[in-house]
Amino acid sequence: MSLLEHLNKDFESRVRLGIMSVLVVNDWIDFLEMKDHLQVTDGNLASHINALEQKKYIEVKKEFVGKKPKTSYKATKAGKEAFEKHINALEKLLRG
Amino acid sequence: MSQELKDDLQHIRKMMEQSSRFISLNGLSGVAAGIIALAGALAAYYILQKNSIDYFQDYSGVGRTGVVTQLTLLAVTVLIAAVGLGIALTVSKTKKQGHKIWTSTTKKLLIALFVPLVFGGLFCLAAMYHGHFIIMAPLMLVFYGLALINAGRYTFSDIQNLGYCEAFLGVIAMFIPGYGLVFWALGFGVLHIVYGLLMYKKYR
Repeated sequence: MSLLEHLNKDFESRVRLGIMSVLVVNDWIDFLEMKDHLQVTDGNLASHINALEQKKYIEVKKEFVGKKPKTSYKATKAGKEAFEKHINALEKLLRG
Repeated sequence: MSQELKDDLQHIRKMMEQSSRFISLNGLSGVAAGIIALAGALAAYYILQKNSIDYFQDYSGVGRTGVVTQLTLLAVTVLIAAVGLGIALTVSKTKKQGHKIWTSTTKKLLIALFVPLVFGGLFCLAAMYHGHFIIMAPLMLVFYGLALINAGRYTFSDIQNLGYCEAFLGVIAMFIPGYGLVFWALGFGVLHIVYGLLMYKKYR
């Protein structure tokens, strides 16, 4: 089971997998759009985003559009690399 | 365990796909646009006949001011009706699927589509201004095809194939001058209907 060690614990949840998947193929994505893709609640999404941000896998940008605050996210280089490793490990495991 | 991993990979693929491509495009939009285009082509043919121009015998009368005005009005009407109905059908499908319409992917798709279309459209207007009516249909087909090939990156890949067909048809039309209306009806009418039905069945 040594292969399992390559799986990144930080990406264990479906929501985190979803966030990273969206961010590796897009540039900046804002909170509402992310929520629309993943179909999860605000709180759930926010907590997973925080965890990924603390690991420095994603970058956060806060700005105002008119009077409304808007928060957008982008995958960092480290985040993209870690995610790629995780997917490769998944694929290896499946191939057995 | 392995099923869970498979689900993970599938989820990743789905999220990548859904967030980078506009997947709510409604095939019926294409069918509607095609039918309107065919009706428009027929109307154009009748306008020519009413002005006693036999389209397939003598093309030269097409440039008369009155005829050009009528045909231009008709073209604008067809464009507005086709685009309007197309947008309405796609918006309703998006709503039914419970997705947001105005996303960054939608914006990218529209920019990719309209940049070549606007330049192409202005180019066509210039050609018309100089009286080159005979190359209008081939030009429209080629520019529309290139715009679709460009926009296809952000939606179903079928759109790219449709673009290749339109552009190819435009080039053939350029080699056979005088049959512009026929090629126009084939490209904007028949091809739209065929692709629309294909996509409607595939992505319902």
